[in-house]
Amino acid sequence: MSDWLLSATWSPYVVGAGIGILIWMTFLFSDRPLGVSTAYAKTAGMIEKAVSRKNVASMPYYRQVTPEADWQWTIIIGVIAGGFISAYTAGTFALSAVPPLFAETFGADTLFRFAVALAGGIIMGIGARWAGGCTSGHGISGTLQLSLASWVAVICFFAGGILAAGLLFGFRFL
Amino acid sequence: MPFEGIRQNKSLQALLGLVFGTVFGFLLQKGGVTLYDVIIGQLLLTDFTVVKVMLSAILVGMVGVHAMKAAGLVRLHVRAGSIGSTVIGGLIFGVGFAVLGYCPGTAAGALGSGALDAAVGMAGIVIGAGIFARLYPVLERSVLNRGKFPAETIPQLLGVSPMPVACAVAIMILVILALFATMGL
Repeated sequence: MSDWLLSATWSPYVVGAGIGILIWMTFLFSDRPLGVSTAYAKTAGMIEKAVSRKNVASMPYYRQVTPEADWQWTIIIGVIAGGFISAYTAGTFALSAVPPLFAETFGADTLFRFAVALAGGIIMGIGARWAGGCTSGHGISGTLQLSLASWVAVICFFAGGILAAGLLFGFRFL
Repeated sequence: MPFEGIRQNKSLQALLGLVFGTVFGFLLQKGGVTLYDVIIGQLLLTDFTVVKVMLSAILVGMVGVHAMKAAGLVRLHVRAGSIGSTVIGGLIFGVGFAVLGYCPGTAAGALGSGALDAAVGMAGIVIGAGIFARLYPVLERSVLNRGKFPAETIPQLLGVSPMPVACAVAIMILVILALFATMGL
């Protein structure tokens, strides 16, 4: 049992089923779907608030997404901690900067990878808030509620992603 | 609704968020979906781990959430989307997905496993969310409400109860997963 618990990887089906059961819990005990992209908007609001409290009060978006450390914010801290616990206990925790596939395609320069990650993150942050959710909020929690918007969103996530990845790496499946 | 006391307790909820997040991050890391190569492999259609995780989560989650809904234990949380919000935002997200190589949840799990580029990506997502918040009043007036979807859920769109739709989705997921197995993906 503990060997399995600490093994580096689990079957994707087991992991998926586990996430499904986790979502039962978030609905039951927190009356919420599981989503993480709101945490990033709250963090942006907290930074704005630290710079100018008045400015934040005047921005309509932060009246909807309040910059406070509530459930929707603590979840992201948990995800970082959970990733660490899983990797550390399995003995796979290791600092890295340039993923292997990136290095073999674009070179192993750390600063270049960081610049690309920053640009990708900015695009993703805008897109996640624009669409009102991410791969977890729309892609899993929304689709399982049979939300029309979430099914459209997840199709668009993958359509945009497959097209952009194909342009960057070449359409390898062809 | 049951558990209303727990649901209204703000500090307990902040703690529960941390607990649920930890379980989520642990599972994402165990599934291998916190790896850049696995996520890009999915977008290149050479590695189907991400879709396998997502479809199994949808299948299991859908059964439980709809059963609890029918029993009066939970309520659904869905919002109507629009072409201007869901489609345009979704496509922008997709481009970011391919450039960053993580999504907002898996980036956090990747950082926990030591991926420093994921931390930089997370900073980018915060900046992007901040840019969106600044643009929000203009976008709200001009784009976000364009082409509102006629229904919040697929059953509402079809004018049927959730049960047959949930069954159809469950069968569709099982067929896709069986196809992956037979194709050796």
